[in-house]
Amino acid sequence: MNRFLLPLVAVVIMIPIMILGLQSDPSKLPSQYIGKPAPEFSLPTLIDPSKTFSTADLKGQISLVNIWATWCGGCRTEHGFLMELARTNTIPIYAIDWRDNRPEALNFMNQLGNPYVASGFDEDGRVGIDWGAYGAPETFLIDADGIVVYRFTGPLNRALWEQEFVPRIAELQE
Amino acid sequence: MIPEIGHFALILALALAACQAILPLLGAHRNDTALMSVASYATYGQFLFVAISFVCLTIAFLSDDFSVLYVANHSQLALPTQYKISAVWSAHEGSLLMWILLLAGWTAAVAKFRSDMPDQLVARVIGVLGLLSIGFLLFALLTSNPFDRLIPAALDGGDLNPLLQDPGLAIHPPLLYVGYVGFSVAFAFAIAAMLSGDLDENWARWTRPWTVVAWLFLTMGIALGSWWAYYELGWGGWWFWDPVENASFMPWLMGTALIHSLAVTERRGLFKSWTLLLAISTFSLSLLGTFLVRSGIIVSVHAFATDPTRGFFILAFLAVVVIGALALYAWRAPALDSTAGFNAASRETFLLLNNVLLVVATTLVLLGTLAPLIVEMLNGGKISIGPPWFEVAFLIPMIPLVFLMGFGMHTAWRKQNEGVWFKVLKIPAIAAIVIGVILPLLFYGRVSLMLVVGCTAAVWVVATALIQPYRSWRRKDGTAGITRSALGMSIAHLGMGLFVLGATIVSAFGIESDRAMRIGETLEVADLQFQLRELREVAGPNYTAIEAVVEIRDGAEFIATVRPQKRQYLVQKNWMTEAGIHPTWNKDLFIALGDQLGDGSWSVRIQYKPMIRFLWIGAFVMALGGMVSVSDRRYRKSKK
Repeated sequence: MNRFLLPLVAVVIMIPIMILGLQSDPSKLPSQYIGKPAPEFSLPTLIDPSKTFSTADLKGQISLVNIWATWCGGCRTEHGFLMELARTNTIPIYAIDWRDNRPEALNFMNQLGNPYVASGFDEDGRVGIDWGAYGAPETFLIDADGIVVYRFTGPLNRALWEQEFVPRIAELQE
Repeated sequence: MIPEIGHFALILALALAACQAILPLLGAHRNDTALMSVASYATYGQFLFVAISFVCLTIAFLSDDFSVLYVANHSQLALPTQYKISAVWSAHEGSLLMWILLLAGWTAAVAKFRSDMPDQLVARVIGVLGLLSIGFLLFALLTSNPFDRLIPAALDGGDLNPLLQDPGLAIHPPLLYVGYVGFSVAFAFAIAAMLSGDLDENWARWTRPWTVVAWLFLTMGIALGSWWAYYELGWGGWWFWDPVENASFMPWLMGTALIHSLAVTERRGLFKSWTLLLAISTFSLSLLGTFLVRSGIIVSVHAFATDPTRGFFILAFLAVVVIGALALYAWRAPALDSTAGFNAASRETFLLLNNVLLVVATTLVLLGTLAPLIVEMLNGGKISIGPPWFEVAFLIPMIPLVFLMGFGMHTAWRKQNEGVWFKVLKIPAIAAIVIGVILPLLFYGRVSLMLVVGCTAAVWVVATALIQPYRSWRRKDGTAGITRSALGMSIAHLGMGLFVLGATIVSAFGIESDRAMRIGETLEVADLQFQLRELREVAGPNYTAIEAVVEIRDGAEFIATVRPQKRQYLVQKNWMTEAGIHPTWNKDLFIALGDQLGDGSWSVRIQYKPMIRFLWIGAFVMALGGMVSVSDRRYRKSKK
């Protein structure tokens, strides 16, 4: 074959890979942990760095893990709804405060309230990456065995909660 | 009103880009002077309207027009003015507009500084750049209009990400983009050469300065990004092999190969089809970088918001540009191929090796970046390839590259006399080996194979780069001096040597230590004592801060007092870490204040970074070399 054609052939082969890559839209893509145990981690908690929040805390109950940060506008948006969930004792909400700044995060909670049972402070973002976080906010539904059941990306609200989470939780409770 | 003017100006710019693309290309094809003369006017017009559009967006930011969605999402009333300006390019839509502005700016510069280029070549280059402008303007107008309204308007904006509120980060993207976009000029020259079938030494002479200028801006942009990550994020690293970093690094590597290949084409008329392929590849990698960053198909900490529509658009555009260019290449390049051979012991051989190694390095980085995508396709789930892989893979082509660099600089075109080689390179070679072993042993008390290799390579490159300028400086009257072009090359290679030295030493001997510290307590890191003398509250113009006064001593000898701060900005309530850095030419002592721990102590991160400045100094010296070489007289011939 003509050697001048080689680069063209190489690129033509690469294009479908990219198209397939695009179709696996990350906002719709289930987490790689769906159906698998949540990734192992251990983080100091936001409120008290001497305590830790780790994978072990997620066992024994159905819970949510919310990945948030003060720099994320969507997190501010959904915070009110998370407060509502916490007030009504719907489900324990755990959190990973992702790539954030501690005083700022504490200030955020002072102002808007703390809906979390515990919030791990993930300063360098490693744990968030382990969870496969693409961008905050993201919310994971974890079953009593610590298995990731569902992953939701973007700010939560009442309607989305009823639609995406309530049926799944009901299924788990059966 | 202002946003509508901006939007409308962008549409007019698209119309002018269409004129700029179609008429000159047609004119060049038919040899019609009237049509070709449209080129520069359409270019200036397009640039003017894109600039109007950009100014309108900037005004929207400065006037806090939160009825514009993009402004509402990325600014806030209380944001300081300079960051309202830099917020313009802080996210996808605005940075795309900046890309378009820079593309129009580069094109206008080609039209203005055409040197002694023939009309036909100018018309084709501008026409091809016009085609690229059309693509990007359509991308902006159809999928990413920065002037979209938000109804009802927001009362206040969602604010700029606090990490981006930093002077280093405000100027890093523009520099990077000047470089990225600048490679489109080399691309356009390549397409023009293939369209006309004329590719001679003059073509290479016209293409070179544009390529070098794009390259030197990219060099500075990458270095500045690395420096910012170091001092502001306080992670202690300077390169993370993040996909977005790789996206800027791949065009840099390929562009470096292109600069060297262009030298052969200009001086010897060889490597013609190879140069064309590199020019196409360099710009294609810039486009690929844009695609990767903006489509969200790859996991990265600083990827832009993901949007599949945009991903498809940019992929379609990428496919049209790259497949079009490579199809043209497959069709026209065989006719331009240079069949002449060259002697094995010649500068041509070394530049060929340089090209091969740089292309291998680019391929490795590309594979590492795309591997997660390919693994995912094979249903292996999402993976992330980490720095350890890149560090090993990247060194394989880089070590020989750096050693060959010293030989290449002192090898004659056509045929080298081996005896002269030995005479010139004997001293640098001995110096490199001796210093390469002694330097780490003497100053840092430890030595390993990689250290010797790294230090030897660095000293070797520095020494061989200095020979020519030194001889020119010491020359007797009547002998020829060094040309700007050769001096630029020496300086750029010197920069590379400094960079290698910094990278080697800091990787081997850098220390990062996270500790807890109380007032009065002394910690020992790298045989130095760091004592926390006091903590106090201080007030700045727009912030209050907790300042730690840390005294650094080496035994009895006082070294410095540094004052790391944790600042809270009054208006925005943002906390920012201001590291206390004691920089000297051969090491940085870096202290960042963490959080107050429960028992009254504070967490601190203490870093000892020997020779880290050499990384950025090296990069800027490389860029300086580019500037010097571009100032060579032969690039500034005016049209006869």
